[in-house]
Amino acid sequence: MNKLNAGCLAALLLVSISQPAAAKTTTIAAGEGAQERLQEALILAEPGDVVTLGAGRFLLTDGLSLDVDGVVLRGAGMDQTVLDFTAQQGSGEGLLVTSDKVTLRDFAIENPKGDGVKSKGADDIVYYRIRVTWTNGPAATNGAYGIYPVESTGILIDGAKVSGASDAGIYVGQSRRITIRNSIAEANVAGIEIENSRDALVEGNLATRNTGGILVFDLPSLPVMGGGNVIVRSNLVVANDTPNFAPPGNIVAGVRRGTGVLVMANDGVLVEGNVLADNPTAHVMVVAYTQEFTDTRYNPFPRNVVVKQNSFGRGGYDPQLDGKDALLAAFGGALPSVMWDGLQQADTGLTVTKGVTGWSLNLPEVGKGMAGAQPAPLAVPEPTFTFAFDTVGAPANLEQRLAQ
Amino acid sequence: MITRWIFGAGLGAALAVMASANGPVERVNQAKVMDGGLVRSLSEYGFFADAGLQQPSAGVIPYRLNTPLYSDGAEKLRFVYLPPRTRAISQGDDLLDLPVGTALIKTFAFGSGADRRLVETRVLLHRTEGWVALPYLWNAAGTEAMLVVAGARVDVTTPKGEEISYRVPNKNQCKECHGVNGVVTPIGPKARNLSQEWLRQFVQAGHLDSVPVGSDVLPLWESRKSASSEAAARAYLDVNCAHCHRPGATASNSGLDLRWEQRDPQAIGIGKRPVAAGRGAGGLLFDIVPGKPADSILLYRMQSTEGGVAMPELGKTTVDQDGVAVVRHWIEGL
Repeated sequence: MNKLNAGCLAALLLVSISQPAAAKTTTIAAGEGAQERLQEALILAEPGDVVTLGAGRFLLTDGLSLDVDGVVLRGAGMDQTVLDFTAQQGSGEGLLVTSDKVTLRDFAIENPKGDGVKSKGADDIVYYRIRVTWTNGPAATNGAYGIYPVESTGILIDGAKVSGASDAGIYVGQSRRITIRNSIAEANVAGIEIENSRDALVEGNLATRNTGGILVFDLPSLPVMGGGNVIVRSNLVVANDTPNFAPPGNIVAGVRRGTGVLVMANDGVLVEGNVLADNPTAHVMVVAYTQEFTDTRYNPFPRNVVVKQNSFGRGGYDPQLDGKDALLAAFGGALPSVMWDGLQQADTGLTVTKGVTGWSLNLPEVGKGMAGAQPAPLAVPEPTFTFAFDTVGAPANLEQRLAQ
Repeated sequence: MITRWIFGAGLGAALAVMASANGPVERVNQAKVMDGGLVRSLSEYGFFADAGLQQPSAGVIPYRLNTPLYSDGAEKLRFVYLPPRTRAISQGDDLLDLPVGTALIKTFAFGSGADRRLVETRVLLHRTEGWVALPYLWNAAGTEAMLVVAGARVDVTTPKGEEISYRVPNKNQCKECHGVNGVVTPIGPKARNLSQEWLRQFVQAGHLDSVPVGSDVLPLWESRKSASSEAAARAYLDVNCAHCHRPGATASNSGLDLRWEQRDPQAIGIGKRPVAAGRGAGGLLFDIVPGKPADSILLYRMQSTEGGVAMPELGKTTVDQDGVAVVRHWIEGL
């Protein structure tokens, strides 16, 4: 055996050792007893197994759950394999994942009573070409989140499609190392939402017909604090003009119809290279959290928000803002692209590249509403803030699972 | 020869021998508890001398909780089994530290007297690798229960006469309630929710090192009217909600912590805004508004039967009107 062959053999051995001993594939077809057959397959799966869903409509009465590491749940395509929860009786979501290194791909979830897919404490998860749809269109009675990873490290969402969520289509909360890309969020209250999370890349998505397109913010009183280092680039954020249909009481119920990108109470957010058009309130809105809070860990200000070159089309022509008519008159019929409330901490609030137009409410104090507002064109410095690009986005090894 | 031996020895003795050989098992099969994998039938464990009557085998000890979890009004028969020569360790008012080899057994039944029907038995087994939760569904005759890892739905009539599709949880759903920091753990046998008398007997039987400090403080549910409204409500929320609504558990991301020992008003929901409640918030702004139960999301969700709104999400289909009354009374007085 020559050296080359020995090297190959060693490599082969390495591969066989690193793979689970006997990964198996179980195929589940739609039809009678799908609930029990599919749930049983998800429970009895061993780490590394593949559970394949046949084409067709799976009629389900209860939420499904997966708690085994390294399982691939794979359908025949987001238009071919449909997990139909229209008759769901129990559970808070369609599918719950609580294990690590799971891959979900090529299937759809329709009409879950609560959330679509929730993955909690599920590190290194891949969502690939997953569709979550509430088929009746926007309605307050729809579930809150379509795709809902929370309290996790390592999240890759690629090629997803979510519509009708009464909160956020794609929501990532209290997590780190996140990529959301090439996905479509349409007719949700919030298209894509990054909440209390760090190191997120939101790239190449289409957000349209939502109330707000892409939201990045922190909320108080949550276990995980300190969101930031978020890159929002090369997205198509157009015509987010659906009236807010969130149930009152939820934070997104306060999102103004016609918001493109909203940044609130976050540290280090870059908005660059996006196409923003036909967002009637504002293409980019940067604001402080205005409600009362007691959480001493919480910082209500947006810090180090950077808006660089984007393609700003028509926008700000029908803002859902107090004093709309006066504002429109003052700014010549449409508001400039970037709206800021003017609230900041130690001059770290907002910087924009030369040529980006905006306006500020110039509010004097947090939590005092519009009192004292002195709207005026935006006058902020050019960006100098440095983002930690090396830690932004999902770990590279999650990519490899897309090819399998 | 066998015939002669039977007649010679007397029928009674013979029947006793036959019973031990072929009839109901009277000893717990420790191997099944410790290392049986997915044990397919409940009878294999030998927890019951008479399964249909729920008469436990030797060493399987019945217990009750002061304030129980609501499960659509099901009667619940709870048992604990410890291997011979092992004992649990007290941990203050919290969970008893139960040794490897322990089994916790809980049977759910509807109907009373001769009409009592066993629906399911859930077992928690303390194996070397940790606790394992398994659900068993009883047959119609009430003679055997079989493992249902995927759970089941069963039509039952509740004590209040409601016809419901009762949900037997699947194996993962067991963990949704029993999981803390990703590990399955018991919920019920916390010292604060066990009677002093029972704990004393447990110590006397050699199954526990000492009666824990802080035991028996949760009010007896049937005597809740003599307890303070706060104690009754906080006990109810601890037992019915806090297995998920606590750090490290299924609903940790909500920031709501309903454990008995939690003293921060905001953490238990007073003036706390919802996070991911969606339409579950019912258009209300805060989990608990002092003095205003009708404005409190927590009570709104307790009173719903709708998926995506109703709380708890698992383990019940109907509204617990007694629980609602206790929590409402407490919020009114805040």
